Amino acid sequence: MAGDGRGTPLLAGGARTPDPADRSGRPGRRPDGGARGHAALTTALAALRIGPAAILVLLVVVLGLLSDVFLSLENLGNVLKQSAVICVLALGQLLVVVTRGIDLSVGSNLSLSAVVGALVWRDSGSTTLAVAATLLVGTLVGLVNGLLYVKGRLPHPFIPTLAMLSAASGLALYLSHSETVQGVPPFVDELGAGRIAAVPGGGEVGWFPTAALVVLVVALLVTLVTRVLVWGRWIYAVGGNPEAAVRNGIPVPSVLISVYVVCGLLAGVAALLTMGKGDAGSPTSGALAELDAIAAVIIGGASFLGGRGSVVNALTGALVIAVLRNGLNLLGIDPNWQYMATGAVIVAAVELDVLRGHLEARFRSLQAVSTP
Amino acid sequence: MTGDATTAPPSGPPVLSVRGVSKRFGAVVALDDITFDVAPGEVLALLGDNGAGKSTLIKTISGVHRPDEGAVVLAGVDITAANAMTVRAHGVETVYQDLALFDNLDPAANFFAGREDAGPGWLPRALRVMRRRRMAERTRELLERLQVTLPDLAAQVALMSGGQRQAVAVARAVAFSSRLVILDEPTAALGLRESARVLDLVRRLKEDGVAVILVSHSLDHVMAVADRALVLRRGRAVGETVPTAGNHEQLVAWIVGATDTRAG
Repeated sequence: MAGDGRGTPLLAGGARTPDPADRSGRPGRRPDGGARGHAALTTALAALRIGPAAILVLLVVVLGLLSDVFLSLENLGNVLKQSAVICVLALGQLLVVVTRGIDLSVGSNLSLSAVVGALVWRDSGSTTLAVAATLLVGTLVGLVNGLLYVKGRLPHPFIPTLAMLSAASGLALYLSHSETVQGVPPFVDELGAGRIAAVPGGGEVGWFPTAALVVLVVALLVTLVTRVLVWGRWIYAVGGNPEAAVRNGIPVPSVLISVYVVCGLLAGVAALLTMGKGDAGSPTSGALAELDAIAAVIIGGASFLGGRGSVVNALTGALVIAVLRNGLNLLGIDPNWQYMATGAVIVAAVELDVLRGHLEARFRSLQAVSTP
Repeated sequence: MTGDATTAPPSGPPVLSVRGVSKRFGAVVALDDITFDVAPGEVLALLGDNGAGKSTLIKTISGVHRPDEGAVVLAGVDITAANAMTVRAHGVETVYQDLALFDNLDPAANFFAGREDAGPGWLPRALRVMRRRRMAERTRELLERLQVTLPDLAAQVALMSGGQRQAVAVARAVAFSSRLVILDEPTAALGLRESARVLDLVRRLKEDGVAVILVSHSLDHVMAVADRALVLRRGRAVGETVPTAGNHEQLVAWIVGATDTRAG
């Protein structure tokens, strides 16, 4: 057709704004770099994507050099056992964070679920009932979180889950008369404190904690559910672009409620591990655990802007925290340093992520000039 | 239907028929008695200054707004009162400037978002198992048919350039047998080469028999691909013609309001 190339674009006014979906503020499309910059960027991006794993490996190597005990199977078993609760909580938190949410209540939820589970065991003597009650309480707390956020139209999940942090903790203290409820089913003891002798290397008792097996099973299930089921795709879609999710007919409210329910269920699983570890249901056993879980997810590179985060990276984040604690303990360093070190690792991990964001923006603008 | 000198009436029954549509927001008349047709495989350009009513018009067609008067008929079905989801179900897709892509997902996931190919059917939708390979395969076929080349089909959309993202959004719009695609300023944020690629894509939609309404500020782009141009000014249709280099001045005059007569 006729374009003679003469006319300049008319009306270069307000409609000429850049694409608002592009949050990172794409820089201009200067024809710099070309193929050379392209390859370098691809390499740098690939390196940054394994950032969390790199931090973990670095920690393990350094601690292994500094301490003779650190790399012993027995100690590694301890690390796995100590990290199990954070791992399970982090997997639940991951699902929530991917949808741009946060669940501050998982620690209190853990305490409440543990207390109820121990009370049911004390009064009924039924393992099945005790385990079911623990998981049910966790799930219900999650459901209430989700309903308050979505149906109660609270402006941000911070609010309902902060309220729940307080309420569940209060209920746990009330139900237990502020005392630890002693005794849990032997099955739960095995989950939280047992070791699997069948895994070679640990002698007759074994070094590999049953809790780590629980983590593996949960991680496998979460991976399966998020990668194979439509539900998993929807979680990432809702996190990536909630408005577009609505426009594409994804049932966003149900998806949002469901992630808090699953996060609550996993708090129940974490409660079982905690009960087993201490052979009791304590009303303060989950205190501050939510912060570890959130830190693990962030160290694992999940974005609070939503849509990003993976099971493996969340577990890596949880392991980083556990390794750091264990290592500093072994080195006889003041426990208060552990908290400061965790803080430093969080900042370092997120800085790496920010760098990744910048490189991706560069990559995008290169695409505009270098693809055929 | 291509670059004829005269405004040939679209052959065959129109895909879309807008009949005397008016829309008011309070005292403001956003659309005033707009009437036009779009035929299958026709590219209709919608021109006008900011505030001329282009956005209101495409939102009225796509079911976001409901007209106060008049009717919107799609292939014989009155969709005047339908909401956005229903209009989409009837095969009208709108690609807004924000593209509404899922930046964190790959093209296939974007195409199938909300309508994932999954089974078995007796399970609730959320619990069905996705057929990822089939979705990827269909995505590849579609992009091939539209001659959209992407460096990496498994890469998330966030890593693609503005033009590639636009192409993905347009391809998604036509992925599910749509009859009419509305493109809102598809080249506004793009450089020269990427704009040219998007315009190629519009031509291929046309070859596929898809009707296109193209909102654009660039007369060059309109002349390059549009069969007809409809000019809006202050909510009224002030001119309609085949956009050519010859009537460039006329189009500009309509847009800025130098003359106020409807041609043809």
